[in-house]
Amino acid sequence: MSTVTEFTPFASFIGGVLIGLGAVILMGFNGRIAGMTAMLGGVLEPRSPDSPWRLAFLAGAIVAPLIATLMGAEFAFASPTTGVLLAIGGVIVGVGVTYGSGCTSGHGVCGLARLSPRSLVATLTFMATTFLTVTLMRHVFGD
Amino acid sequence: MNRILSALVAGLVFGIGIAVSGMANPAKVLNFFDPLGTWDPSLAFVMGGALMTTFIGYRVIFGRRQAPLFDTKFHLPTARTIDARLIGGSALFGVGWGISGFCPGGAIPALGFAPWPTALFLIAMGAGILLARWLQALPRRQIA
Repeated sequence: MSTVTEFTPFASFIGGVLIGLGAVILMGFNGRIAGMTAMLGGVLEPRSPDSPWRLAFLAGAIVAPLIATLMGAEFAFASPTTGVLLAIGGVIVGVGVTYGSGCTSGHGVCGLARLSPRSLVATLTFMATTFLTVTLMRHVFGD
Repeated sequence: MNRILSALVAGLVFGIGIAVSGMANPAKVLNFFDPLGTWDPSLAFVMGGALMTTFIGYRVIFGRRQAPLFDTKFHLPTARTIDARLIGGSALFGVGWGISGFCPGGAIPALGFAPWPTALFLIAMGAGILLARWLQALPRRQIA
């Protein structure tokens, strides 16, 4: 169940710089970590005083690619897995980021940029288990 | 109001970055973790660009200011302990990421240009978050 994707070092680097810029803007203006796990709290705790700005960040993150698409941009997208696996993976991601207090954006970008030992451990851990999962599914139990 | 507008701008920049980088494309993300198969090392360039920018940007901000522009202080995580909860949670997150190809930061912007099957993943992830919060709220005795 694998699809070949084009190696895009330039676009990926520029995209990465923009991700970082978004994180820097949120720290400079709001003094907050740009972790998507925390942002989702804006939906799940609508009464929290942090909910409005978190919802604004989420809305911006969803709307920006939509506007770009309407203006003619095209982003490659393929989900090489089944709906059942997507749902199972989703539940596991939700449980994991809640117990792990963060994901790729919070730990992997913001936390590592702050040289947080917790984030380094978290990032190394999830990178390792993601690699193991993909390898097992594709090369051991897959075709 | 200022805080909401600046968070909206930060979200817009973050979201377009995710889309341009390929982080919202599960096939591309999974291929980064598949050096034995259809390998695509692009993700390393995403992390490189994002980390470099955030590392420098944070240093400039913390070096020049005592507080952010629209708040009285920086809200930085205070937890220091590296425990089973952090490691177990992160390990689980990686398993889910490896199965689905979606992480939260990739899936939210993907909703804007590939609503299906992204919505399915996000609904399942929301259920997972609620399940974990419910488990965390149980008295410890009942779990052990």
